[in-house]
Amino acid sequence: MAERYSTHGRFWQLGEKVHQAIEAVGYAGLLLLESFYWLFWGWRQEQRVRLSAVVEQMVQTGVQAIPIVSMLSFTVGIMLAIQLIVTLGEFGAQSQAVLAIAVSVTREFGPLITGIVVAGRTASSLAARIGSMMVSQEVDALQVIGIAPVRYLSTPPLLALLIMMPVLTIIADVVAIIGGGLYSAPYLNVELSAYLWQSLSVLGVEDISQGLIKSVVFGLLIALVGVASGFTVRGGAEGVGRATTRAVVLAISTLVVADMVFTWYLNR
Amino acid sequence: MAGPVIEVRDLVTHYGSRKILDGVDFAVEPGEIRVVMGGSGSGKSTLLRHLLGLHRATSGRIDLLGHDITRISARELRRLRQRMGVSFQGGALFTSMTVGENVALPLREHTRHDEQTIRIITRMKLEVVNLGGFHDLMPSELSGGMIKRAALARAIVMDPQLLFFDEPSAGLDPVAAVELDELILKLRDAMGMSMVVVTHELDSAFKIADRITVLDHGKVLVTGTVEEVHNCESTRVQSLLNRTPRNEQVDAEEYLRRLTEEHYQMKGNWG
Repeated sequence: MAERYSTHGRFWQLGEKVHQAIEAVGYAGLLLLESFYWLFWGWRQEQRVRLSAVVEQMVQTGVQAIPIVSMLSFTVGIMLAIQLIVTLGEFGAQSQAVLAIAVSVTREFGPLITGIVVAGRTASSLAARIGSMMVSQEVDALQVIGIAPVRYLSTPPLLALLIMMPVLTIIADVVAIIGGGLYSAPYLNVELSAYLWQSLSVLGVEDISQGLIKSVVFGLLIALVGVASGFTVRGGAEGVGRATTRAVVLAISTLVVADMVFTWYLNR
Repeated sequence: MAGPVIEVRDLVTHYGSRKILDGVDFAVEPGEIRVVMGGSGSGKSTLLRHLLGLHRATSGRIDLLGHDITRISARELRRLRQRMGVSFQGGALFTSMTVGENVALPLREHTRHDEQTIRIITRMKLEVVNLGGFHDLMPSELSGGMIKRAALARAIVMDPQLLFFDEPSAGLDPVAAVELDELILKLRDAMGMSMVVVTHELDSAFKIADRITVLDHGKVLVTGTVEEVHNCESTRVQSLLNRTPRNEQVDAEEYLRRLTEEHYQMKGNWG
């Protein structure tokens, strides 16, 4: 029994945590590969990914998120305008607010706000849905019916998020810039329409594409975290609750870290 | 088909380091209803999960309809599964779909029937389990017995050759349980399916079984007709049949260790 005691030591616990973390990352990676495998080669094995399932997920994760994403982006746009008018005003550079708002929204705030909202909505719902299906043997039922669970439960939301995240991000960008314009146009003595035209003209392809690339990465992370948390649920209703919480926290954390990494990488 | 439809040879399985099944041999003939009985933790549910290919065995082989499912590819296993139906203990209906969509799912996934045909087949199967007209309800709107019957309709929708039941009468009132037993017999007679029924309900087991396999501690105690099992002299079998408590011998030293040792760990073969 001697070696059994060592399993309660601190180092062993640390090792166990690291082991679990590596395992989780590896699992998410495999999930990603398998999801795409079914997408491209599923039809050859009578395991076609249904368009209807993808569309349903696009509605649930994307279309239904439009109101909340718009509302928050609008608020963030106004908030940015308030801050920038004040700080830029100190340098007498108030007129640069248009550029500052447009660039920080498209590069950073649009994708980030969208990501956080979608992480909160979709990562949790994926984890809860798949987790409770694990608990009630529905995933087993899929398997014995001859349906690959990953093809049925993971590929559609993954694909839906990869499509809808950029769409939501563009909506967020537009709404946030309008919000910023509503607040700052009077300070700059311009019409709102003139403000918007000016925003459009100062934005480069680079600014928009950076945000969109990020949003695709965020979509990938949110789907993988949600689905992986769901599939690893053990231990009944409590396990589902824990997985749901973990999915949201983990999705938002990885998203913020990934944001930083990509911002650094894309601006080298 | 000549020969057994299910043949398990020397199946050994572990859960972690715990040995659950210990050299199980098991064969089911075409058209047979085989009941697998045993107390809680005897390994009967584990055996079922292995027959369904949901777990990896440590060693041994499991032949279903002539294919060793411990060796065939994932793709072949999925094909084979179209010829099997499973009714899970809790029904495992997909809660996001209506009853009709649940039953239709295997058809939608595995056949090229048009919607009209799928609808007719689905409703026919629901009629078979006496749920005609219930196709638009959600699983949450059904009673326990209805859920089991809907799950059965989904299990038989592809006209499988093999049908598996996990605790069909668990959690049902006596009348619903008897009705389900009748339904199982009716299905076998009408469709000639071979069935494996895992249960610990004695009445139901004796009623439907052609042969009974009694498992205990991961080993097959006896396999035989109802009569043969009744006449079996094994004390474990008799205590199961007569619902007498098992008076297991207490190992005094082991007992003390369980109480006192800080990091006590179960060892050996139990389950």
